[in-house]
Amino acid sequence: MKIKLQAFLMLFFISIPLFAQEQTKDSLVPKTLQEVIVIGNKAQLYQKQSKSLATIDDYLQKSGKVEMIKRGGYAWEPIINSMATERTLITIDGMRVFGACTDKMDPITSYVEVSNLSEATVTSGQQGGCHGATIGGSIDLKRNRSGFLNSGWDTSINSGFETNSNQKIIGTALNYAESSFYVDTDLMFRDADNYTAGNNQEVLFSQFKKFNVSGTSGFSFDKNKLVEASVIFDKATNVGYPALPMDVSLAEALITSLKFEFVPKAEKITSELTLTNWETKIYYNTVTHRMDDTKRPFVPIHMDMPGWSDTYGYYSKIKGVFKNHHFLADLNSFYNRSVAEMTMFPSDPNESLMFMFTWPDVRTLYNALFLEDNIVLNCHSSLKFSTSIAHHFNKVSSQLGLESLQIFYPNMKGTKSSILKSITANYSYDLNGFQYGLGLGYGERAPSVSEGFGFYLFNSFDRYDYIGNPELKNEKSVEGNAFLGYKNKKMSTKISSSYFHISDYIVGKPDATLIPMTIGASGIKIYTALDYATIFNTDLNVDYQLNTEIKWSGQLVYSYGKDHENKNLPFISPLRYSSSFIFKRNKFSYEIAVHGNATQTQYSPFYGEDRTPDYAILNFASSYSFRWDKSKWNVGAGVENILDTYYSTFSDWNNIPRKGRNFFLNVSFGF
Amino acid sequence: MKFQLKNILAVVAIAFALFSCSDNKDTTPTINELDGLTKFKEITNTSHTIELYTHAGALEQGYNEISLRIKDNASGQYVKNATISWVPMMHMMTMTHSCPKSEVEKTTTEGTLYEGNIVFQMAQNATEYWDLKVDYTINGTAYTATSVIDVPASVKQRVTTFTGSDNVKYILAFAEPHHPKVALNDITVGVYKMESMMSFPIVDNFKVKIDPRMPSMGNHGSPNNVDLTQSTSDKLYHGKFSLTMTGLWKINLQLLNTSDVVLKGEAITDLVPASSIYFEIEF
Ligand SMILES: [Cu+2]
Repeated sequence: MKIKLQAFLMLFFISIPLFAQEQTKDSLVPKTLQEVIVIGNKAQLYQKQSKSLATIDDYLQKSGKVEMIKRGGYAWEPIINSMATERTLITIDGMRVFGACTDKMDPITSYVEVSNLSEATVTSGQQGGCHGATIGGSIDLKRNRSGFLNSGWDTSINSGFETNSNQKIIGTALNYAESSFYVDTDLMFRDADNYTAGNNQEVLFSQFKKFNVSGTSGFSFDKNKLVEASVIFDKATNVGYPALPMDVSLAEALITSLKFEFVPKAEKITSELTLTNWETKIYYNTVTHRMDDTKRPFVPIHMDMPGWSDTYGYYSKIKGVFKNHHFLADLNSFYNRSVAEMTMFPSDPNESLMFMFTWPDVRTLYNALFLEDNIVLNCHSSLKFSTSIAHHFNKVSSQLGLESLQIFYPNMKGTKSSILKSITANYSYDLNGFQYGLGLGYGERAPSVSEGFGFYLFNSFDRYDYIGNPELKNEKSVEGNAFLGYKNKKMSTKISSSYFHISDYIVGKPDATLIPMTIGASGIKIYTALDYATIFNTDLNVDYQLNTEIKWSGQLVYSYGKDHENKNLPFISPLRYSSSFIFKRNKFSYEIAVHGNATQTQYSPFYGEDRTPDYAILNFASSYSFRWDKSKWNVGAGVENILDTYYSTFSDWNNIPRKGRNFFLNVSFGF
Repeated sequence: MKFQLKNILAVVAIAFALFSCSDNKDTTPTINELDGLTKFKEITNTSHTIELYTHAGALEQGYNEISLRIKDNASGQYVKNATISWVPMMHMMTMTHSCPKSEVEKTTTEGTLYEGNIVFQMAQNATEYWDLKVDYTINGTAYTATSVIDVPASVKQRVTTFTGSDNVKYILAFAEPHHPKVALNDITVGVYKMESMMSFPIVDNFKVKIDPRMPSMGNHGSPNNVDLTQSTSDKLYHGKFSLTMTGLWKINLQLLNTSDVVLKGEAITDLVPASSIYFEIEF
């Protein structure tokens, strides 16, 4: 049940509230590469959708498996199958990148731009464990690349404007490709003021500025070997987080990689064994994050809270075929250093500064072997097994940080090591448009840096200071999943569900004997483990072609999450739906969509949630493509939240309201 | 399985390379007994010169660990077999009094250094001063030397003097740690009572409750502090206190007698932000 979110790639004029086109991967007979072909066509940005310059967050949100925790207008945190960052895995072309913010203000997705990417692959549960340990699933963001197309120079300019928040977008892409060499570069700049919620209410501190530049260059030799270097530099400044007590003055990432890909020329090693592809990548990335409270009108005490995260890693992935077995082996490893500190400035300037490590220079070394075997049983069914074993090692390398934690854990050692295991089995069947699949999985994850080693991390949602717990056990998940779909010329429909039973589920538990540090905090929560929690998600997607010009799409998502005492888990979506009509004629396309949530009745006061009322918003988008002289143009325009509804969703941090009415215009041209 | 074995070996190898460089700061036994000490005063009489040392190279109000040695002015040799006692004395406008002090003992049997501690419960000022009288006996001959000493006020409060609910005058002095850390620190405090102007003995079997707070930051506290009880060996009071960050900490105190009755000091609540007796630590 591998699901591919093709939102980036589609020459498919869907708009904002539309779900992404999901497709089962061609798992029956994985394509055998005969030579080095870089996967992913570099689609022009404007071919993607009418609001082509939407943020990645907007794109990802269209998947029925993904939701977004929103702390403002920028850097939303993806949740997969109702699970947030700690339980999921987000990679960029297989690379691990870790945010540098103790308050999760910088998910990995905030360090890339739509112009960097060709697609995002959302994988549910343990099947997403190829690049690391996960519980909920994974998103792999795939870089854009021209490939060896011999297409010469290709230049495009993208610009956009949005009335709400006064967002200005400008970007360029410059690509060059020939048969054995290519270079892709792109640049994008966004600048937004505060947005206004419905009824014209300005949301203070929701502004941001973001600059992103990236380059990828590949060179092939011997027709079957490829070297590719890739770099992304992303810098956001003056980012407001209206739902949090602090903003961000700088969030910066440099993401680099070098890849070597090899397609064996001699196809057959023996008469039955074929190695089809061997890909090895080494990578390095560094993230800097600086929080800033100097612009806030009332702060009890000013704080500097910078954080840094550096990651070094590699993976080496080999694919092959043996009889009817399509197998994959992936050896991967990363080494991460996460440091975050807090300095508070007393009102009396003669007093010593108050300093602490909130992430005590935690080093993580992770080594894993992932194996997958996809067995073609017959022309319409297959069985896939995957397993992984990983060694996860943590060390607190700041002596000050270690001694700080030893206040709570006097016997704590500076190191911790564990073995993480994962295993899955999936069966899928596909005949005459009718398809179904069933799967079972088991997986484990180690506590995150915050959960294991965080020191007085203030959570403005439940207003508790959180203390990490180095004695936590690994979280263990048993999952079951199933899907059922039918497709013919006119319609396509699919329902998929997943169920997770997670033992030693890590949460913060209040300790009434402890005094919080943060002024105004309600208390201290120590990370601890519940016996178990259960999470269930199901989503239904329907596409129906009414006639040659009009298509209807609908999506319905239901989620459920309880702990062992039958209490609600936080950030579980109420019933959510979307419905849209897309009209296409010649080079015009229009779309009208409704997007809404039912009332959130299954909320969790224990984790700071309250009941979120239902809402529905109405969107309209249109686009027109044309050629002028030798250039290709695309103009997209539309209105989001036409009725200017004032609303907030279950995943809006501290109930900050969403954007009100917004007119947008995207203009792109290429030559 | 070959891959896996390789993998494990790689883990081990990288782990060693990256994590095993812990610094071994073995302090080699030093012959220099003055290591870490700085001379702050010499008191001279006709026969000897008494050199006074502390870690900081000065005295200050509060608990002071003082080392000394006696040099024979004629031979220039340091005396190893003296018996020493001392009397610190505060000369106020209207009266004189002494302060809590320990015996003076040899630091090592072989060495020339002697040590003890003195708690100056008040600082000198323009008209009032401390002097120190050192009485010592060498081979049956008694000597004495006296000199004015500098005892300036401490920047942060390190000693507190008060009358308990039992009408006894007490002195609490902060002895250790010299270098507090963001950690769970060991704390040592001296508890004395004033029997007379000249006698300030250690009080036995009381209890000192502590509650470290940060007044500059909403008066938050710290976890897992251990109240102080008296040690049988050095007679001082020992406990633990945690400091969760650097900065200025107020160590709020309560003094309890042998029947656990609070003699002085208040528990911290929202309405009572500080106790009437406390120490201050800034780092
Ligand atoms: Cu942050």
